[in-house]
Amino acid sequence: MEFTETQINRYSRHILLPEVGGKGQKKIIQGKVLIVGAGGLGSPAALYLAAAGIGTIGLIDSDVVDLSNLQRQVIHQTPDVGRPKVVSGKEKIQALNPDVNVVMYEERLTAGNALKIMSGYDVVIDGVDNFPTKFLINDACYFAGKPLVHGGILRFDGRVTTIIPKKSACYRCVFKKPPPEGLVASCQEAGVIGVLAGIIGTIQATEALKLILGIGRPLTDRLLDFDARRTQFREIRIKRNPDCPLCGERPTITELIEDGDVGGPTCALPGQRNL
Amino acid sequence: MQVTINGKAEEIAGGTVLDLLKAKSIEPQMVAVEVNDTMLERTHLETTQLKDGDHVEFLFYMGGGR
Ligand SMILES: [Zn+2]
Repeated sequence: MEFTETQINRYSRHILLPEVGGKGQKKIIQGKVLIVGAGGLGSPAALYLAAAGIGTIGLIDSDVVDLSNLQRQVIHQTPDVGRPKVVSGKEKIQALNPDVNVVMYEERLTAGNALKIMSGYDVVIDGVDNFPTKFLINDACYFAGKPLVHGGILRFDGRVTTIIPKKSACYRCVFKKPPPEGLVASCQEAGVIGVLAGIIGTIQATEALKLILGIGRPLTDRLLDFDARRTQFREIRIKRNPDCPLCGERPTITELIEDGDVGGPTCALPGQRNL
Repeated sequence: MQVTINGKAEEIAGGTVLDLLKAKSIEPQMVAVEVNDTMLERTHLETTQLKDGDHVEFLFYMGGGR
């Protein structure tokens, strides 16, 4: 492919970077990123990836925009309340960068559709709000062999990590299964400071871009935890766990399953504030 | 003795990882525990004695994202 004059102008600040250049920008334009959840994390990730010129962005979300989403889900705006998130997201992406092909999946990610949907993408971004789906995304990326950029936010805390299946620690290497439902409060009860979505979601977008460009050092085998109260990042080293039920030596999960009930959004962490 | 818990040095009485969780009122099912960069099986919380200088990480589930 050759750049048009418009593209050279639009992407000039990327092309100027020796690590990107024209060659890297072409990789970005050919890149395909799947964003699961067009909400808090998915919004900034989608906007920055669109601005960067990612060729194809897939958006999965079965919800409509709610007024209470707008405190953090910056891709949606007040007139979008009541509209499907994937439709609202697609409009904003294409207004920002008409070069981006947006594929809408107005549905939930399930064990039945995950592998088929993921097969067309280079990188998957986790922007969902419930544990069963976070585990499903982890497992599906493992079986599909797709790099995953995992993210989570709650109250004043955020976490991000990158998972390269069969090469680096997966989510189940650390957390074997979803937490018991009775012990987890809902997001509505727990709350979240809206800006965290921007901080964690843009780190996820950064990781996706690096993976597509093949530059730098990915956030693998590390959990990056952010504490907004202290404005402090902390990196926790993790490694592949031989006892991991998915990618360990004697896996017990050998096909895609739905682990736990995908009910309402769940996210609380009893005990964490005791440290 | 002194151990490092989530990056912070702390003086503790000793005992097992489960004792430490109890002392901090942390529900064992809500946390993944790493001692010196190795994940502990939940069944080993009770049998793993902490030693002076150990690095303990309590990793909590962090959901959310929407
Ligand atoms: Zn694993």
